[in-house]
Amino acid sequence: MKPRFKDVASVRTGLKKEKYLADDGIAGVVYLADRLGKPVLIEGPAGTGKTQLAKSVAEMTGARLIRLQCYEGLDESKALYEWNYKKQLLRIQADKNSDSWSEVHDDIFSDEFLLTRPLLEAITSEEPVVLLIDEVDRVEVETEALLLEILSDYQVSIPELGTITAKQIPLVFLTSNNTRELSEALKRRCLYLHVDYPDLEREKEIVVTKVPDISDNLADQIARIVRSIRQLDLKKAPSVSETLDWARTLMLLGIDTIDETEAKETLHILLKYQTDIAKAAKELSVAK
Amino acid sequence: MPVLDLMSGFIVELRNAGLPVSLTENLDAMEAVKVIPIEDRDAFKYALGATLVKNNAHWRVFETIFEVYFSLRGPEYEITQDAQPDDFWREMQDQIDQVRGQGEGKGSGGGMDSLTPEEIAAMLMRALMNGDQAMMRALAKQSVQRFAGMEPGRPVGGTYYLYRTLRNLDLDNMLQKLMDANREMSNQKLSALEERLEKDEFQSRIEQFKQEVESEIRRRLVADRGAEAMAKTLRKPLPEDVEFMHASRDEMQSLKKALYPLTRKLAARLARKRRHGRKGPLDFRNTVRHSLSYGGVPADPKFRYPRPAKPELMVVADISGSVAAFARFTLMFVYAIQNQFSKVRSFVFIDGIDEVTKFFKSTEDIGEAINRVNTEADVVWVDGHSDYGHAFEVFFERHGKDINSKTTVLLLGDARNNYHAAQSWVVKEMRKRARHVYWLNPEPKSYWNTGDSIVGEYGAHTDGVYECRNLRQLESFVSTLA
Repeated sequence: MKPRFKDVASVRTGLKKEKYLADDGIAGVVYLADRLGKPVLIEGPAGTGKTQLAKSVAEMTGARLIRLQCYEGLDESKALYEWNYKKQLLRIQADKNSDSWSEVHDDIFSDEFLLTRPLLEAITSEEPVVLLIDEVDRVEVETEALLLEILSDYQVSIPELGTITAKQIPLVFLTSNNTRELSEALKRRCLYLHVDYPDLEREKEIVVTKVPDISDNLADQIARIVRSIRQLDLKKAPSVSETLDWARTLMLLGIDTIDETEAKETLHILLKYQTDIAKAAKELSVAK
Repeated sequence: MPVLDLMSGFIVELRNAGLPVSLTENLDAMEAVKVIPIEDRDAFKYALGATLVKNNAHWRVFETIFEVYFSLRGPEYEITQDAQPDDFWREMQDQIDQVRGQGEGKGSGGGMDSLTPEEIAAMLMRALMNGDQAMMRALAKQSVQRFAGMEPGRPVGGTYYLYRTLRNLDLDNMLQKLMDANREMSNQKLSALEERLEKDEFQSRIEQFKQEVESEIRRRLVADRGAEAMAKTLRKPLPEDVEFMHASRDEMQSLKKALYPLTRKLAARLARKRRHGRKGPLDFRNTVRHSLSYGGVPADPKFRYPRPAKPELMVVADISGSVAAFARFTLMFVYAIQNQFSKVRSFVFIDGIDEVTKFFKSTEDIGEAINRVNTEADVVWVDGHSDYGHAFEVFFERHGKDINSKTTVLLLGDARNNYHAAQSWVVKEMRKRARHVYWLNPEPKSYWNTGDSIVGEYGAHTDGVYECRNLRQLESFVSTLA
């Protein structure tokens, strides 16, 4: 199969065109995922662009994005495939007299009566596909096993029908918020990518790209304040999306340079716990 | 093929450090190396990381080992300075001349080797001031070469050299100096917020410089002794394996960071267990109601939702010097998952005992509460040496009546009683009233009952004594508890 990307740098520039600023680690792993044909497991704090990465890669490669949102109680009829019982029933009733039983039997377990769900859809699709399995840590450990076959061999085994193998190997991204330890079996099959809060320069760049018309000076100041706040011992550190919200708010308020009072008054956009806000306000106004 | 040898040595070392690298992951790494050239050091590192390290907490360990094994590769990491681009050297020469003033002629040359220590310090300050990365790196090299006093074959660890280098550069005062210089340069007065931001910026640059120095020392050591030997001396335990009683300050920090995600995971797991674990008793009404749709046959039995009672917890912790860190961590841990218990009360003692539940009630910030426990709790009775016997006696006298069949009592400490009276009957009485009494001991099992440790005497009356030396053991104990 033809590789999608020429080298790591091209991944980076490609993502940048989609307004996703990747660092070396992110671009490297995406490149590797394509070359090795392996899924990527993305972990990291909430709001650092894990899901967005998959979306941007899809846009960049012009592939269709198929998304499986995980939740507790997800099962194979919602993730993999399901037989269309109503249609099967109709088929049996439609020609009661003509067919012999064995013919009907073979017939009702064929492609026509199969309802594809996201995972099966992703591997049967003709056109290129990016498969996003979102918040995989929300399913139970037992359900994880459903994913293993598709992740390692890009195939789905259906007892009545046999094995369906992928027509093309999709790029697969799994995201996890780390609310539980994923099983070894799953981790072994994936490349691992930890997306952390960006460093100062990258955060500033993100702000500049995502918030139109923002001045360089303001973006710089925002990035630096956010960095200082993240260093505090907080319940929930501000995420990138919260930084962006904050930047947009400041733009709306028409603020050019942030001073103490403005920072304090808008802190509730960055931080979501009262104790955190109090702590940050205190820290920012007392310089040693 | 040298890369192959290097890789297998590298992977062996990862396993030695405790990272679970499986065979398939090993093969993946080899595949990855094929498509990523080793010359692109960062990409190479991320490629290996993505295939071999599947837990973010292990990344630091991985990075160190990577540095050791691959630090001598890549042009910008050469020890000799010839590889530096010319214009960089010219610029540096300019800076040197600037620092020295006009007097000495250009072309006296010799690069940095001819500088005096004061000049180096001045250049470092400039570099930090301007955030000049290349300069910082060059200075790190120079100061290691000059101040660390490294001798080949000397069996001294990297920390010693690091200490010597940093002491000579006087980095502790550097932050203050930078701030002062910055204040002088900008004419108007900075607001508190700006000042704070400047300080954070300088702090992070100094931190970066320190890392630069550290990795330079590491590179030189590797060149001297070889990767295998070096990796062995640098081997550090993973965060979850760090012992509470012997953790250094850095390790304490990483422990604290590891604690929060761990508790979150544990809480999620326990909540899930509570919901799914058992089926409740048969719900007769509901079953009959559903039987109507089957013509009165109870084909679909319905069960009540299980609502298992949450245990009540009483934590009684020794906070004398030797075990203080352990007590702190256990308290943090327990309070971080306190909604898994119906009630948590905590007591701390040395030779006197004091209830500290109120500190945790009054604030949501566990760290602050722990600080208040350390400073405000009244735990000294006579001389401030652990006296378990007296503490337990007073505890039982005051709060013994609150122990009931729902209560689980956790006793924390090394049971080193300084040869005071044991009063182990108190523990026996507690156990009679409580649902469970457990003892957690931060000492290794082999030390128990040696010297003045009488954990065996207390332990006989509890439902179990657990060795709790690191986060891993603490977590596995707490998960059985709730």
